[in-house]
Amino acid sequence: MRKLLLQNGWRSPLTLPAPAPSEAALAELGAEVDRAARRRLGRSLAIREVDAGSCNGCELEIHALNNAFHDLERFGFHFVASPRHADVLLVTGPVTVNMREALERTYAATPDPKWVVAVGDCGRDGGVFAGGYACVGGVAEVIPVDLHIPGCPPNPMQLLEGLLALLQVVQ
Amino acid sequence: MRATNAKPDLLVVLGAGQPVTGHRPWPRFVVTVETWNALLAGLAKGAWTLLGLWGEPGMVHLAVHEFETGAPGIASLPCPTGEFPSVGRWHPPAQRLERAVADLVGLQPVAGPDLRPWLDHGRWPLRHPLGSPTAPAEALPPYPFLPTEGESLHQIPVGPVHAGIIEPGHFRFTANGEAVVRLEERLGYVHKGIESLLNGATLERAARLVGRVSGDSTVAYALAFARAVEAATATEIPARAHWLRALMAELERLANHCGDIGAICNDAAFALMLAHCAVLRERVLRASVACFGHRLLMDCVIPGGVAVDLPADGVPILRALLAEMRRAFPPLVELYDNTASLQDRTANTGTLDPALVQQFGCGGVIGRAAGRAFDARREPGYPPYDQLEFEVPVRRESDVNARVWIRIREVEQSLALIEELLERLPSGPVQGALNQPGRLVEGMALVEGFRGDILLWLRLAADGTVARCHPRDPSWFQWPLLEAAIEGNIVADFPLCNKSFNCSYSGHDL
Repeated sequence: MRKLLLQNGWRSPLTLPAPAPSEAALAELGAEVDRAARRRLGRSLAIREVDAGSCNGCELEIHALNNAFHDLERFGFHFVASPRHADVLLVTGPVTVNMREALERTYAATPDPKWVVAVGDCGRDGGVFAGGYACVGGVAEVIPVDLHIPGCPPNPMQLLEGLLALLQVVQ
Repeated sequence: MRATNAKPDLLVVLGAGQPVTGHRPWPRFVVTVETWNALLAGLAKGAWTLLGLWGEPGMVHLAVHEFETGAPGIASLPCPTGEFPSVGRWHPPAQRLERAVADLVGLQPVAGPDLRPWLDHGRWPLRHPLGSPTAPAEALPPYPFLPTEGESLHQIPVGPVHAGIIEPGHFRFTANGEAVVRLEERLGYVHKGIESLLNGATLERAARLVGRVSGDSTVAYALAFARAVEAATATEIPARAHWLRALMAELERLANHCGDIGAICNDAAFALMLAHCAVLRERVLRASVACFGHRLLMDCVIPGGVAVDLPADGVPILRALLAEMRRAFPPLVELYDNTASLQDRTANTGTLDPALVQQFGCGGVIGRAAGRAFDARREPGYPPYDQLEFEVPVRRESDVNARVWIRIREVEQSLALIEELLERLPSGPVQGALNQPGRLVEGMALVEGFRGDILLWLRLAADGTVARCHPRDPSWFQWPLLEAAIEGNIVADFPLCNKSFNCSYSGHDL
């Protein structure tokens, strides 16, 4: 273990340079955010991920945000275990009928100010699963959404671009 | 050892029924109740392994595999009265499957040991979506969890929204102090109605849908769908397509196993492994997108072949990946092997009775960590694996540690397979035209994903659209065993046990 840790000391980091915030995301977020909220949050946003029906593809790419290449925490984002600790809900999936109430209750448990980011084509409008008896559709059908990050699934860079746009608006 | 001259008992029993023409590659028979009951008796005795149980209006299908002869077969029982003799009554692995049949199709298992709804949470706007849909007459009563009695017992409800970045499901723990006395799972939260969406879909749309049954196994699902379509339409595809499919499937296995090894160690609070394994996983995904245009390889396998050929620089990219993996992976294996505090958490934790694994026909890493050597690439097998050399690692301890080691060995096997695939990759086209069915045809496929064997059965209409398609995730036979594995362990070890299984919620809930 010591050898591995030492090697990491002199190897150059794998972390990729930060992408520019997504223009599309900035446009969608355009609305001014409360000044007081910005002061309170500083450069730190706590994210609660909620799978509301995804195929787990989006989860894999959200996980990849935490690896050494993308290192999400350098931007002040971190994932938290409870909606009560969260500023941002990162919601994936076509919201299934069976998950609707759980999503509503998670949203209600998140303290204000809060933002909702709908991830993936499914989170936007149900994606390939739209139209059946078992899916409600996009996240916005159930709770208010501030930002959509499309893709099937969006890759970590696309997720970063969207989240950085959110950070810029919040700060 | 495969006994070529053994009497195919399963086919003899099934043979009493009426064979269905146009069902490939394995036979399907429409059977009587007597044959159905004979099959249940064989399943109960452990003569065969249950592969799947699903329904359609007026008929229930039972897929069974006989290991000795390598012959899967399907029995279809007409249910004119909307009932069928319960399979779960004699063979517990079928219980959740038949509860799903009752929910989705409306066919009731007679004398079923568990008649509670499974996927239907009483929230859909209709009942029996795959049968004769009706509006729900009345609200379902609250789900009755199994009772637990005892003075010192307490219950811990967890989910459906969990603490990590994972899929939703509900776990009801009953604990005596720290020790888990019973875990009861409640799934179905991510039921998307995929089977219903598949009805009437074009092959193109159906392939996209099936590729998203469980996103982490997208290659394996797309492969199962493509193989079933090709079987149904009796289409031969070019050799290069077979080899590229295997290349993608091994990349998928590699990426997922790397991620899982790291995540299991992380759940034992050893974050260093996660950090390093996540880097390896990311390297695989980067090579995948460079070669085939999608990090998870979604929509790359299509009926008729593969959607993208390996580009000219693909071979060097993958060889560089192999070199990097071979440099970086062995020190991590050594790290795992030499960290006593980590092994202290994984060894003898979440131990599973190998007899249960056999009974449930539990595939994948969980099965192979408990002495069940089944691997669909070998048995019944499919190209190009019949021309490739690889080992199927097996251990017997059946604990979290054994599941980690099986993954480690499978990473090594996948690296060797990718090398062999690259060396001997045939040239030529990567897509062939599908034969037009022209009439109702049926096909099935059994494919080894990183999680275990995926069964896919389908019926195509004369115009080539999907008339009915049923994908069965390996998790159906793994989730119930998690309940058994956790018994007697401490509550705090549940994440560790759960991660060592890594069952799919989405694949199961469908």
